[in-house]
Amino acid sequence: MVLPSLKNCLWLSCVLRTPKACFWSTAGGGLIIQSVSNDVYQNLAVEDWIHDHMDLEKQQILFLWRNSPAVVIGRHQNPWQECNLRLLRQKNIKLARRRSGGGTVYHDLGNVNLTFFTTRKKYERMGNLKLIVKALKTLRPQLDVHVTDRYDILLNKQYKISGTAAKLGRTSAYHHCTLLCNADRFVLSSVLKSPYKGLKSNATPSVPASVKNLFEEDASLTSEILLDAIAKEYAVQHQIDHHITLINPADETLLPGISNKTKELQTWEWVYGKTPKFSISTCLNMAYKDSVLDVKVDMDVKHGRIEACNVDLPEQWLPPGLYSELVKSLTGSKFCPNEITMLVTTLLKVCPQDDELHSRWSLLCENMIRLM
Amino acid sequence: VCIHRVRSCSSIRFIKSKYVCVFDKSALKFSHQQRLFRTSPVSCGQIVQFKLSDIGEGITEVTVKEWYIKEGDSVSQFDSICEVQSDKASVTITSRYDGIIRKLHYSIDDIAFVGKPLVDIEIDASKGVSPEEDVVETPPMSHEEHTHQEIKGHKTLATPAVRRLAMENNIKLSEVVGTGKDNRILKEDILNYLAKQTGAILPPSPKAEIVPPVGRTEAVPAAPKDKARRIPVPVSRPIAFSGKDRTEPVTGFQKAMVKTMSAALKIPHFGYSDEVDLTQLVQLREELKPLAEIRGVKLSFMPFFIKAASLGLLQYPILNASLDENCQNVTYKASHNIGVAMDTEQGLIVPNVKNVQVCSVFDIAVELNRLQSLGSAGQLGTSDLTGGTFTLSNIGTIGGTYAKPVILPPEVAIGALGKIQVLPRFNGKGEVFKAQIMNVSWSADHRIIDGATMARFSNLWKSYLENPASMLLDLK
Repeated sequence: MVLPSLKNCLWLSCVLRTPKACFWSTAGGGLIIQSVSNDVYQNLAVEDWIHDHMDLEKQQILFLWRNSPAVVIGRHQNPWQECNLRLLRQKNIKLARRRSGGGTVYHDLGNVNLTFFTTRKKYERMGNLKLIVKALKTLRPQLDVHVTDRYDILLNKQYKISGTAAKLGRTSAYHHCTLLCNADRFVLSSVLKSPYKGLKSNATPSVPASVKNLFEEDASLTSEILLDAIAKEYAVQHQIDHHITLINPADETLLPGISNKTKELQTWEWVYGKTPKFSISTCLNMAYKDSVLDVKVDMDVKHGRIEACNVDLPEQWLPPGLYSELVKSLTGSKFCPNEITMLVTTLLKVCPQDDELHSRWSLLCENMIRLM
Repeated sequence: VCIHRVRSCSSIRFIKSKYVCVFDKSALKFSHQQRLFRTSPVSCGQIVQFKLSDIGEGITEVTVKEWYIKEGDSVSQFDSICEVQSDKASVTITSRYDGIIRKLHYSIDDIAFVGKPLVDIEIDASKGVSPEEDVVETPPMSHEEHTHQEIKGHKTLATPAVRRLAMENNIKLSEVVGTGKDNRILKEDILNYLAKQTGAILPPSPKAEIVPPVGRTEAVPAAPKDKARRIPVPVSRPIAFSGKDRTEPVTGFQKAMVKTMSAALKIPHFGYSDEVDLTQLVQLREELKPLAEIRGVKLSFMPFFIKAASLGLLQYPILNASLDENCQNVTYKASHNIGVAMDTEQGLIVPNVKNVQVCSVFDIAVELNRLQSLGSAGQLGTSDLTGGTFTLSNIGTIGGTYAKPVILPPEVAIGALGKIQVLPRFNGKGEVFKAQIMNVSWSADHRIIDGATMARFSNLWKSYLENPASMLLDLK
């Protein structure tokens, strides 16, 4: 299935002028490529790269990829609103923000990703989704799958097995979607449930849906079989060879500039900093000595940083100087548990050495950090 | 804006030169001079309403999600203007024109309509662009010249003609140093870049080509002022360094460090350094490492240093104390919570191992492993980072021999450990042997600690490490 195009083409002579041309141009109006990497950032970077650098006028591209466990949020979403960040950190599940719109998805190796690259003029999502449904029905005619108005694919008219998102640029566009083959549904439902209360934001919300794996419907189906079936259908519809070319997202010679794109997708500024402005208004229930304190907290977060912060503490619970020091330090800081933990523990070093004070400070700070 | 326009347009000669310079070299020189008096990026341009073009799939309205520019910014054709969203599709809207943004018609989260104005752009009068053309009309070019804007907001400013020249010569605009206004890349910059690449001397381009928008790209004539055709001399423009200073606010954790370090340096420090012969310890660790590994623990030298320090603190408890704000009281801390300085991406953090006085070397190793993995994952909790009473900083893992560590309040002492070096030393018999030498630099609060105490503590600590078997006698 691997097209030895790399070895066959006049590689060196191509490098001087347009190195990409040789690898990328094939006979026919389409090209099917599959990533050898399971790193969500690398794969998203490949999408960016093709979107920015490829001329899709003569040929369209289908990109197939799978990721090790990761949660991917849409371009304009709020990760605190969409998923359980605490659980993600504990389980070492990556968080990525893609450039296309839409809602939040959970990826693991049992979930297949498909990206359809076309020129902006030829952008058409329905056609792509119908192609997938046709491929599935060709593979297993008894499968009850269909495309909805919301660009979802439903199994047995109830269960969502695919979600869609798209990105349009000046001259190119891409439409990508997921396909649930055999993902871990337990992890999926637990990470996509946000425990954070009191969030108010204009970020795009996700629409939760009941999901099911295709594997649960037909145990003979695997990700590989599904990928192959879809590639076959794409090849038929674009009148090209049923060849899948493997691509390595770490190959800087093939994809110049890809490592920078990969790095940018991992920066805090992109993943968290691009969150639209939001506010938190909630109540901390702090168990202190024999009573429970109800403490109202209000925070505004912009670009992932705390813009404003107010905590309604009982009078003199913390010396006022210390409280204002806390607020002053929090303002401008990243809304990030690690950053705030380091901040508050460092500040504690210059506080008066009073055990009572220290335990109050720690209690308050720990509760506030739980909001992040 | 209006006022500016009147002012700069009031000079009749100036206007004349803009249109005449195409054909008249003297006028070109004149506008050159005239340019020196202009102080603001004002052009007598027309305001064009850039409308939101068709998104496809019959979509008529979108939500504006992010602006990449603000009013007053200059944009070039193809620069990203904003990001809009419609039904799971995120669309990047790029500018059709070169110009200055004069008005944004929507705020974030507003609904924008296809076919209605999105932004007003003031473009150069001399360009004479007709505003009604559809955005999608431009032929799709391959994007090798990086026309898109990168996340960090860096724009490569260049006119379409310059971009074409770059593309034809396979030059990445991001590699060319722009010498025009706002680091705009001029045609000369491309030619200079090419000359450097090929080592060729390029003839200056004929007069007629230097022309277009003198108003904004300020083409400095490369040709000699003489009318006679001479052997072309390459213009060796001094290499313009386009790097800019970058100012960022001090926020978050850094702010806290500013406070702590300022407080720390109020403490009168004194230093005391020594070298420790770790030859025996190195051997001991080699023997114990596999045993620890069987138990699933990585054994470094730190657990030994930490335990030896705790044994020393039992004899010199004042080093494990704390002085209150007014220097009225000294509190001798019962627990030896020994901090270990760690370097992470976020900066310097000092988690501590609690109650070392009741821990075995192995217990300390286990705890260190836990703190190290949490530290690198950025998941240390507040309890790990507070309550320290004494600190060791193993800067030697990065490098260095002697150091001058800063005490972390409210503690009163700190030790910095240099790297272990193999050095020649004399033994008891006067023979030279290979010794594993590490330097230690202590700092202590001179208000309550004197040099003799520090020296004796250091000697004791050193003796435990130079002769590890002696630790057995005092282990609790």
